[in-house]
Amino acid sequence: MFIKDYISDVYNAVTSLLKGMRTTGGYFIRPKEIITQQYPDNRAQMKLPERFRGEVVMSHDENNEHACTGCTACELACPNATIKIVTKFDTTPEGKKKKALDTFVYHLELCTMCNLCVEACPTSAIKMAQTFEHSVYDRNQLLKKLNNPGSKLRAGVE
Amino acid sequence: MYRETQIINDAATLPSAEGELVINVGPQHPATHGVLHLVITLQGETIQKVEPHLGYIHRSIEKMCESLSYRQFIYVTSRMDYLSAHINNHGCVLCVEKGLQLEIPPRAQVIRVLMDELTRIASHELWWGAMAMDLGAFTPFFYAFRERETINDIMEETCGTRLTMNYMVPGGVMYDLHPNFQKRVKDFIQLFNNKIDEYDDLVTGNIIFQNRTKGVGVLSKEDAISFGCTGPVGRASGVHCDIRKLYPYEVYDNLSFDEIVETAGDSYARYLVRIKELRQSIRIIEQLIDNIPEGDFQAKTKAVLKLPRGEFYSRVETARGELGVFIVSEGATTPYRIKFRSPGFSNLSALDHMSRGSKIGDLMAIMGTLDLVIPDIDR
Repeated sequence: MFIKDYISDVYNAVTSLLKGMRTTGGYFIRPKEIITQQYPDNRAQMKLPERFRGEVVMSHDENNEHACTGCTACELACPNATIKIVTKFDTTPEGKKKKALDTFVYHLELCTMCNLCVEACPTSAIKMAQTFEHSVYDRNQLLKKLNNPGSKLRAGVE
Repeated sequence: MYRETQIINDAATLPSAEGELVINVGPQHPATHGVLHLVITLQGETIQKVEPHLGYIHRSIEKMCESLSYRQFIYVTSRMDYLSAHINNHGCVLCVEKGLQLEIPPRAQVIRVLMDELTRIASHELWWGAMAMDLGAFTPFFYAFRERETINDIMEETCGTRLTMNYMVPGGVMYDLHPNFQKRVKDFIQLFNNKIDEYDDLVTGNIIFQNRTKGVGVLSKEDAISFGCTGPVGRASGVHCDIRKLYPYEVYDNLSFDEIVETAGDSYARYLVRIKELRQSIRIIEQLIDNIPEGDFQAKTKAVLKLPRGEFYSRVETARGELGVFIVSEGATTPYRIKFRSPGFSNLSALDHMSRGSKIGDLMAIMGTLDLVIPDIDR
């Protein structure tokens, strides 16, 4: 009886090991199922989905105009104080003073890409970009100004 | 003196029994993220005592949440149990919605449950690979990550991020489903059904794996209850603790799936519970993927959320067990106090009891099947 158990144990052990080896060996002869991507070499073909959240950018049109009114809704929505909006007062042709965006300061090093600022923006002035290679040698390079120099508010955006 | 150093010094200088040895297991450098430090007292090769030391990754998430608004604090909870980030967010939005008495559109509910189950599969996948690697098998890690990558791609397409997707908002979900979502999930299910059988061939039936896990780290039903073990750890000891069955939230009460309960309570039982849960999650997804109701994906909410004065509690079943979210509100825009009951902390507390008397090599099998996520323990 003891010898019978012993032999069946050995048999089960060998078959279970062979089963595992068959699974791994199967991939050895079916290399098409390997899905490894050679990352830095495949940058050209790599396509990230349009919803991918890489960094906050402000979209400008061909006249260098943006849609940011400086309402600070994104600044209030941000949980990490990533965004700081500096406003100025423009004088309209009628002689009235009007609040406008001066600088949109964005700390990429503090951002967790939670998308709350984009959700909060009433004029869709900011959006998420699909970039992700943010490594730099100097931390100061991660502090960004999102509005282009000389840009102004698009007409008709309130 | 710093408490940690004190404990280690005491252990070294105390008059110990003949042949007793105190060793430190696990790194404790701040640059190594999510590590657990154990001080183990050994008698020969037998474990006398295990003392886990926590605090290396404490970020005071509960305190941070007190200064964030009810929309903002949800994203922080992704950083607790980062492998089931989506389910953590789910617990938080459920609690906020309970306070606001919001009605969630049926489409949003189904999307949430679908994402929860995908997250659960991804989490169990990672556990399966990492645990096999703890026990010396290296190949399963790559196989597990191969299938997990498919889920991450689906998440990336719909939620925008791969791991800490801040997809839940009070009142629904942040975006509607991506048009490709249904097709890609169906492809995944088809692929995954074959792969689970491959997992069984590779690890479950393996004689070395069985010998290393069967009868190791036994936790009885009474002990599981008294330590507060939930999730697969509790269910492997015979405790019926699936929140999806006991306190159904969203659409779980309309779904047919089994609560997996084993009675052995050893490491192998904990392994089996998780492997069988993978199949149950697939079953839930199969029921829902063709029946996503039309309609809004988000209920109308005010710009600034204010919970009424009072205390609110919600619970969800994460991949590791029961997550409880307790909010005390003073009627302001930020919570007065938030408490998270995280599953990892309670499951870790049973480690000392389970590993006493076993060999030091078994400790890896016990810790592997506990499925510890250290940021979840420390918060």
